[in-house]
Amino acid sequence: MSELLAQIAECIEFGKINKAAPFPPQMKGQDGADELTKQAIEEGVIAQDILTEGLMVGMQKVGVKFRENKVFVPQVLMSAKAMSTAMVHLKPFFLSGEVKQKGTFIIGTVEGDLHDIGKNLVSMMVEGNGWKVVDLGTDVKAEQFVAAMKEHENAFVGLSALLTTTMVNMEKITKAIKEELPNAKVAVGGAPVTADFCAKIGADAYSADPQGLVEYLNSQVA
Amino acid sequence: MCYFAGALCAPCGLLVLPQSYTKETMQSFTKDLFVMGKIIDQIKQGKILVSDGAWGTFLQKKGMQPGECPEEWNLTHADDVLDIAKSYIESGADMIETNSFGGTVYKVEKYGLADKVFELNKAAAEISRKAAGDKFVLGSVGPTGKLLMMGEVTEGELYEAFKTQVQGLEAGGVDAIMIETMTDLDEARLAIKAAKENTSCEVFCTMTFDKTVDGEFRSMMGIAPTDMVNTLIDAGAELIGANCGNGIADMIGIVKEIRKANAEIPILVHANAGMPVYQDGETVFPETPDEMATLVPKIIAAGANIIGGCCGTTPGHICKVREAVDKK
Repeated sequence: MSELLAQIAECIEFGKINKAAPFPPQMKGQDGADELTKQAIEEGVIAQDILTEGLMVGMQKVGVKFRENKVFVPQVLMSAKAMSTAMVHLKPFFLSGEVKQKGTFIIGTVEGDLHDIGKNLVSMMVEGNGWKVVDLGTDVKAEQFVAAMKEHENAFVGLSALLTTTMVNMEKITKAIKEELPNAKVAVGGAPVTADFCAKIGADAYSADPQGLVEYLNSQVA
Repeated sequence: MCYFAGALCAPCGLLVLPQSYTKETMQSFTKDLFVMGKIIDQIKQGKILVSDGAWGTFLQKKGMQPGECPEEWNLTHADDVLDIAKSYIESGADMIETNSFGGTVYKVEKYGLADKVFELNKAAAEISRKAAGDKFVLGSVGPTGKLLMMGEVTEGELYEAFKTQVQGLEAGGVDAIMIETMTDLDEARLAIKAAKENTSCEVFCTMTFDKTVDGEFRSMMGIAPTDMVNTLIDAGAELIGANCGNGIADMIGIVKEIRKANAEIPILVHANAGMPVYQDGETVFPETPDEMATLVPKIIAAGANIIGGCCGTTPGHICKVREAVDKK
């Protein structure tokens, strides 16, 4: 059984979606995340174990490699695709409550900014690490973040920006959120964002890469 | 390209062409005779050329708000855009870009301007053409923001998007198509192909690299400077290089890598004014014109043929780069 979970983890780490997928070349013709997850469920492996000991292990590994610049955006995207393919099989167990998520993470690209590649990447990584993700899209205003946080109690929130000019809107949004919900935890990220900037605007967490955010979120519920 | 071919050659009547010549042969004929590689020709003669500086940050200084479509300013604030273009010509640039970086349908559709792609790009080119006089105009083409590998768009759709944009730019009078800030080789290749097959402009392409934790340069999609060289040249790029992502100091390393992989290909660099820092509620790029100019001899020695600026650079930077190039 643990052999099967290790294989699932490997499929996620290397982005092997299903048997038919040509990527990665070294796993050509082998079963992918799709087939192996289905097989695990049929063999009676506990759904929670498939998630935490299989899928999440693979996602962690690719997250760390991405942080270390050992892999780049394409590999992470393939891993995320493999992950979402496997999650389809687990969905009934989420709905029934048999598999529990760690919490809720709300994310959006800030007002004035229409870029979504980084935001989507973070969404997929956080989701792949066992969190429920509420994606508010791009050009998200302070009121929309606040409304979503009121709807999802105790949720964490992440603000994304690609441009130096829109990054400044993070300050306004962070202040608006903290005013309404003083205990809210706000994470910021995006190409021009730095730890220094995060501290200056009163946000709670900054990471240069998605894995750092995942580790921050996990530490908050550990 | 057409702007000069039309203005100079048609009236002189020297060209007597058989009627059987198709439009395409005409284009390639006139191109070969008069205008083939005007910018590249100057480089082949050993000249170091100066390009322009930032547009986006400049537009914001002119009052453009985050959330506004920069390309729409070509129609609504043409005089402000013209001021920017002129300021770089006045600083001594040999060429200026156009305000069309986000000018594909995939960007402008977000502002409800999907049916205005050609018009916005043509206007962008006309404004820079007006400012440039006998200097060159590079039609800026940025990435679409769509990921091919995620199936968000097909190769055919990307090609068509770039095709409409470059046709607008050519109609407005650009000399070259400047495909820039690319991170994905396939998207860059499709943009080059669309420009080569649908315009008679020179076609240039630069990509954006970041420094990894190991000190190597890679694009967001994992492409190294040396990885891009053959793909971009094979697709038809007559000049390659790097823009954004780095200050001029790191650009020197990138130029060295490209030059090592190919001794001949002309190289352009549009460097940021250092890396952004946050001060008093706004983001500033810290590198001064003098700091940038100090490194110009080094980047020329590394193999760069055209030097200009990206984010945070101003006419002041270009002025100093001009002085440094002239001193060489």
